[in-house]
Amino acid sequence: MSIGTRSTFLHLGLIALLFVLAFVLPSYHQGNLARIMVLATYAIGYNVLFGYTGLLSLGHAMFFGAGMYGLGLAMQYGGLGVIPAFAVALICAAALSAVVALLALRTIGVAFMIVTLMFAQAGYLTVLYFGAWTRGDEGFVIAQSARQIAGLDLTAPTTRYLAALLLFSAALLITARMMQVSFGSVLIGVRENEERTRMLGYDVFRHKLAAVIISGTISGAAGAGYAVLFGYVGATFTSVQYSIFPLLWVLLGGAGTTIGPLVGTLFMFYLIDYSSGLTNAYMLIAGVVLVLLTLFARAGLVGEIRKRWVAWLP
Amino acid sequence: MDFGPHLLLAVLEGAVGAAVLALTALGLSLVFGVMRVVNVAHGEFFMLGAVIAWFVATSIGGHPAVGFVAALALAPLIAGLVAVLVDRLILKPVKYDPEATIVGTIGVLYILQQTALMTYGPEARPVEPPFSHRIALPWFEWGENGFAMFYPWGLSTNSYKLFVIGAAIVILLAFWLIMTRSKAGLIMRATQLDRETALAFGIPVSRVYSIVFGLGAGLAALAAVLIVPIQQAHYLMGHDPLLLSFIVVIIGGLGSIRGTVLAAVLIGMSDGIISVFLSPTLSKIIATLLVALVLVFRPQGLFGKKPA
Repeated sequence: MSIGTRSTFLHLGLIALLFVLAFVLPSYHQGNLARIMVLATYAIGYNVLFGYTGLLSLGHAMFFGAGMYGLGLAMQYGGLGVIPAFAVALICAAALSAVVALLALRTIGVAFMIVTLMFAQAGYLTVLYFGAWTRGDEGFVIAQSARQIAGLDLTAPTTRYLAALLLFSAALLITARMMQVSFGSVLIGVRENEERTRMLGYDVFRHKLAAVIISGTISGAAGAGYAVLFGYVGATFTSVQYSIFPLLWVLLGGAGTTIGPLVGTLFMFYLIDYSSGLTNAYMLIAGVVLVLLTLFARAGLVGEIRKRWVAWLP
Repeated sequence: MDFGPHLLLAVLEGAVGAAVLALTALGLSLVFGVMRVVNVAHGEFFMLGAVIAWFVATSIGGHPAVGFVAALALAPLIAGLVAVLVDRLILKPVKYDPEATIVGTIGVLYILQQTALMTYGPEARPVEPPFSHRIALPWFEWGENGFAMFYPWGLSTNSYKLFVIGAAIVILLAFWLIMTRSKAGLIMRATQLDRETALAFGIPVSRVYSIVFGLGAGLAALAAVLIVPIQQAHYLMGHDPLLLSFIVVIIGGLGSIRGTVLAAVLIGMSDGIISVFLSPTLSKIIATLLVALVLVFRPQGLFGKKPA
């Protein structure tokens, strides 16, 4: 079997497994897994930029937030249905990421991280500033009656799970396909050696620009998905912490692997879920995991598996 | 109160903020300049200083000045030792790789912050100032009887606030003397200029790195001890100083110490003045965007000369 066929089987198998789990899992874990899949979509978006293109952003919460507020405000004040509001969310996220990319990509390295952090901070403060509409930190709830697509009730646990699975599968398959075509190879080229890629005649800036927009739009889709499936829109999701989370998930699962984002999100979610039962300082776990990953497993879980045993893992 | 006295008050508040900010940002700038490490946990060393100051002040008792002086000595020392430990255990093993150090220090940020939450708790607690006298400020105006000096109601400051400004100036001068006139400063500057050559000349670069990282954290902690009688100690208090220090270090030019101090005064003063007259959220949005744009279009900073 060629590597391409193997990875297609792996991804379809994973999606099939998640589909079966919808009907097997007890309701508590089914709800968790739905949330994890939406957050893993966010991580997949982050991975496009961080894992494949090698650009470390500390401001992805603004893209997640653009999707979340794009959908939330369009439904709350524009009275739009779920699907048109979702389209609005995608447009918001894509537009924001294009603007941020055009500015931030003029910088490299440490400056890129700080610029994205600053833009995200400005985004977070903007949400607070327009508190009259966004309700600031308190956030607002999207009415249960509005969260329907053609009679399908997205608040029903199994429907919600399947909708999350649909979102996750779309992001997974799109990025997996992207990395099989030459566009993806150029992104990896940029990550490994930007100068050499430029010398080979590729337009590095354009590829980076496209990577930020794709990454931002997928993150925005995750934000919109989170808002519509769980019915809550709040400023916390645009704070620094939510820019750090996808970095943590991707690093834990394995940067530059297709299934790493899901693995990382899954582990971290349950780690925090269990530890928040023990202490209110559950972010301590996140800190310890970040330090341990930095020291001992820079490639992350899936990355280490690929390095040691299964070299073909996509 | 009229506009004039109001502005004077804002300037004084701004000066206190600028003094503390200059010390904090200097620590960040020193670490970035010498080690090329972006210490995302810098704000948490600031918080650590404030929290230790509270622990020291409450456990010593007696006159508040005794506890304050003890905190002034102990808090930077402990924060510095924690930083040296971080350098030895995390930064050195990853060979100061820029990406790994950022991720690692984000981890340290949460570890310190959440440890403070578990031990110190979620409350904000005050530390009593060592001394505090109300000082009424005079104002001059052309009145009916010609030029006159009077004391408008509400126009006053506090002796402790003036002490903070003075202390910060003394510390900054001492730091400048150490950097330019002492052997330790020479070694640090040599390491900053060229790590390899410094190593070849027998400078123990790895020990210099540890000391610099500790010194940077110590400066943040020192700034926090000075400010904690005015603000309160809280486990989340590191967030704002971190962002402001970033802003200052960027505007001043990454790694330029003189630029850092100039920018701290500029930012601290304008932050103090603007927040008296404008909505703080709006002024923060504008400031943050401006700084991001400075970094985009003038990466060497406003005062920097060569590209960083």
